[in-house]
Amino acid sequence: MSTQQDSAQPEQQPPAGVSRRRLFGWLGAGTAGVLAAGATGGLIGRSTLETASSSGPGPDDAVEFTGRHQAGIVTPAQDHLHFVAFDVATDSRADLVEMLKAWTGAARRMTAGRDAGPVGAVDGEQYAPPDDTGEAIGLPASGLTLTIGFGPTLFAAADGIDRFGLAARRPAPLTALPSFAGDQIDPAISGGDLCIQACANDPQVAVHAVRNLVRLGAGVVSVRWSQLGFGRTSSTSTGQATPRNLFGFKDGTNNLKAENSAALERFVWVGTGDSGADWLAGGSYLVTRRIRMLVWPWDTSSLDEQERTIGRTKGDGAPLGQRREFDPVDFTRQTDGEFAIPETSHVFLANPANSGTAILRRGYSFVDGSDGLGRLDAGLFFIAYQRDPATGFVQVQKNLRLDTMSEYIRHTSSAVFACPPGVQGDGDWWGRSLFEG
Amino acid sequence: MSLPDRRCALLPALALVVLTAACGGGSEDADATAADTIPVAASDDSCDVEATELAAGTHEFEVTNGGSKVTEFYVYAEGDRVMAEVENIAPGLSRPLLVELPAGQYEAACKPGMIGDGIRSPLTVTGESTQLSEDESLARAAQDYQRYVQSQTTALTEQTTAFVEAVKAGDIERAKALFPVARTYWERIEPVAEIFGDLDPRIDGREGDQAEGEDFTGYHRIEKALWETGDVSDMGPYADQLLTDVEEIVALANETTLDPLQLANGAKALLDEVATGKITGEEDRYSHTDLWDFAANLEGSQAAVQALRPYLEEADPDLVAEIDERFASTEAELEKHRSGDGWLLHDQLSQEQLKALSDSVTALTESVSQVAAVVADR
Repeated sequence: MSTQQDSAQPEQQPPAGVSRRRLFGWLGAGTAGVLAAGATGGLIGRSTLETASSSGPGPDDAVEFTGRHQAGIVTPAQDHLHFVAFDVATDSRADLVEMLKAWTGAARRMTAGRDAGPVGAVDGEQYAPPDDTGEAIGLPASGLTLTIGFGPTLFAAADGIDRFGLAARRPAPLTALPSFAGDQIDPAISGGDLCIQACANDPQVAVHAVRNLVRLGAGVVSVRWSQLGFGRTSSTSTGQATPRNLFGFKDGTNNLKAENSAALERFVWVGTGDSGADWLAGGSYLVTRRIRMLVWPWDTSSLDEQERTIGRTKGDGAPLGQRREFDPVDFTRQTDGEFAIPETSHVFLANPANSGTAILRRGYSFVDGSDGLGRLDAGLFFIAYQRDPATGFVQVQKNLRLDTMSEYIRHTSSAVFACPPGVQGDGDWWGRSLFEG
Repeated sequence: MSLPDRRCALLPALALVVLTAACGGGSEDADATAADTIPVAASDDSCDVEATELAAGTHEFEVTNGGSKVTEFYVYAEGDRVMAEVENIAPGLSRPLLVELPAGQYEAACKPGMIGDGIRSPLTVTGESTQLSEDESLARAAQDYQRYVQSQTTALTEQTTAFVEAVKAGDIERAKALFPVARTYWERIEPVAEIFGDLDPRIDGREGDQAEGEDFTGYHRIEKALWETGDVSDMGPYADQLLTDVEEIVALANETTLDPLQLANGAKALLDEVATGKITGEEDRYSHTDLWDFAANLEGSQAAVQALRPYLEEADPDLVAEIDERFASTEAELEKHRSGDGWLLHDQLSQEQLKALSDSVTALTESVSQVAAVVADR
């Protein structure tokens, strides 16, 4: 929460009682946030503070909402996710724009640790419904990021109708993903005209944000599907330890990292010469896949089988044939006359050296109860950001056709969205470059 | 349509208390006298109102139903604000309706079969008008709504009597046909009914909601027998009890005037009923006639909000515009599921259709939920 933003937005200046963070004070983002987090011990027990730029704010702190890029992409991955996809229920472009402006205002406030509405959960009139639902009262900003994306169907509906006069502005890469071998996609939990990715270090803060945006969207958008995720499965910064997914393996060791800006420019951010760059430059394409893990056959397979399926050791996450996690992946190394990393392993097929491309992964584990057959409905809600889905996720996924891991997973939902560049300045709003450009 | 002037002559505040129908209200037994009698010839597909232009003042409409369906007659101001209505006009019958109309634009509507938008024609009232104060507007809202409740309770008693008679006569088909019709009058005014403690659960409780030792009674007890077993031979006592309870609650309701805040909250409560009971199919779980109740809740909610309209238009015109738009879009969504003179059954709707209904009710509820604070502001 920058003081600059607060002073420039008098209508958002809350009375002292409105801040949810009254107990925590006004911790700043950026450098101030690091200092504050250090002072409060907020990072104890977490990743090593190798560099200030990679560690960012502490887990309770606010992440700056505005910037060249949207927060929530290269922001060090928070611990929890609430992802929601919407269908636009109106044909009115004006209503849609008005809602996006209202959403932006609420997102500014909530990412700063404040209530969704300008009045607040308990400071309004006694007979009016509160403009914030209240479950985040007393909770800090918790690193909340809110990231918006626009789906292909916003630009032209399935029946080809251009409801909002946007068809000519659809960037060429923004099309529904092709189907892949083994897909079991359920259309009811796929696609969407809009999406919001809410990430936070407290699940209640993420859920609160989505719930309040859903409420603000009444009459304009309708929730199509949503997904909770409870544990990040990727590290997106060198300052973060690599987490484990529900297969029990470290995930994201070789992910693109926030610190590698050259790789981000090449693989993640839409460039100024790309299709749709007039409004999308500085943005990115978001692909989501709900990947159910068939944990019962996985859990009963041998350690050797599991490690050869992934291509890394389960304990340290070292590439097979190596000793430590960050040892280089060496596909030529042999053990007992065979390649240490099998050619059908996930690491072999997904590694940038073999797939020829790179994506920024930002997925979360999920357990959506059980499946009625006595088995957990668990897996990975895969999220990837890339400059172009065709040369990003699609290229990687095609390469995974022979992946032995496919035996243990099922893709059950699929979606793609174009995430615009970041909101900049006080008068800016989500999607302005698309709707006004 | 241009903004009608819905205000009537400025009256001393005290006079408002004793006044029932002399200003913007209609009643069959009002003391006011009409300047004229305007015949309305209603049929299954027409609604001929003899006058299209009237002078401001009190008029009597004489509605004759020459069709084969039960009909209703309404005079609406903008936003479907009910200025006066007469319910339950059986084929072959005539009913009078006394209404005082200030200058403005109105619509007369017959509703053969009692559902839908009805057959409408414009009615222009010319003459002088005077602006009401905010307090007068709110007092008027309470009176208008009370008049609405009274016309609904009259029809509720009549239709429940017919339903009970059919049940006791063992006429299954007739009882099934009357069930959603009688409930329509109930569901339109349920916020009033809910004020009266244990009567509402006795009349409208669902199976499983009763406390230990309490019997499952009322409309839904009989609904279960009609649709589940088709045997109502043991329903006589339940039918008698239902009519007794309905008559008791009608008497109480007719003596009750809701204050403006109760009106606003009642309008929202009716939409909550739609969202939690009707869209889910919980209300009429044996007959699946939930869309009748849906339509009735929606009409009742609109009647309560629109009674407040003159006040709201001064206090928050943007909210009024949004509410109008959202009532209209919810009605349009519901209208897709018309089937003849009734509605499709709940289990005939797809999940996608139910979601569309739910979306529009959610949006409408967000808007209507803002009304109470605007009223309380006063």
